[in-house]
Amino acid sequence: MEFAYTRSTGPVVGAFLTGLRDRKVLGAKDSTGRTVVPPPEYDASSAAPIEASTLVEVGQEGTVTSWSWNPVPRLGNPFDVPFAWALVRLDGADTSLLHALDAPRDTITTGMRVKVRWAAETVGFINDIACFEPVAS
Amino acid sequence: MTEPITGIVTPIRLDYRYTPGASTSQFLRSIKEGKLVGRRCPRCSKVYLPPRGGCPMCGVEFAEEVAIKNTGTMVTFAVVNVNFANRAVDLPYVTAEVAFDGTDTTTMVLLKGVAPEEARMGMRVKAHWLPESEWDYSLVNIDYVEPIDEPDADFESFKELL
Repeated sequence: MEFAYTRSTGPVVGAFLTGLRDRKVLGAKDSTGRTVVPPPEYDASSAAPIEASTLVEVGQEGTVTSWSWNPVPRLGNPFDVPFAWALVRLDGADTSLLHALDAPRDTITTGMRVKVRWAAETVGFINDIACFEPVAS
Repeated sequence: MTEPITGIVTPIRLDYRYTPGASTSQFLRSIKEGKLVGRRCPRCSKVYLPPRGGCPMCGVEFAEEVAIKNTGTMVTFAVVNVNFANRAVDLPYVTAEVAFDGTDTTTMVLLKGVAPEEARMGMRVKAHWLPESEWDYSLVNIDYVEPIDEPDADFESFKELL
């Protein structure tokens, strides 16, 4: 059974996805000075709406803050062979973004440096980031 | 493409693994060979298609297999004017509940060969099967039903099935 849900993104997530299409990662500056990636619709501290026009670009390299090995990939996962899910704090961001990490299991460590691998074609979807990959040291 | 993103499509999918049981397994093996096989309740004599393990009314096990014909009566129907995802049928179309001759249950199947406004309860129809090379363990082997040149069935003869 399959349903194709059509969702409205709202202005902020829409701007984030539009950024991905342009191969940029955008975040929101919140009222405490933190940069939140992906950007939320509302400021978690003040509850004020986030304005899409105030989003800032962050780096495309970052640090793995946590990760988990996925031994049994499911339909729709970024890979059809076992791979890692990782939380990545991009340079310039204060929060972590969840995505797949393409690296052998025994090379993955918390704190390792990774970078965005863009999809061959970007359309305005989270999969425009194909995955993260290790930064060559 | 420079318009900002305002919407996304996120498919949600579930794969079901279905264990049909002995009776429905036999039915599925038969339909793979192009045959409709129902089962009769030894107590109330009603014939179920597809068959289950036992009669839901009498609570007794089915025993006798019954070969079912390709002809039947459309006991009711719905005209579909709004399509849903992945259904490639021209609108409007008619979804029919058909009691195949010799059964006491109905099966939902597409009706073709008649304009929706001419569909009638009681119409006599015939199953049109997919080409043999496409037969699978599925009722989908019956591609659709189409009207046959017979007088409509009397309402009294099928009102119990509504």
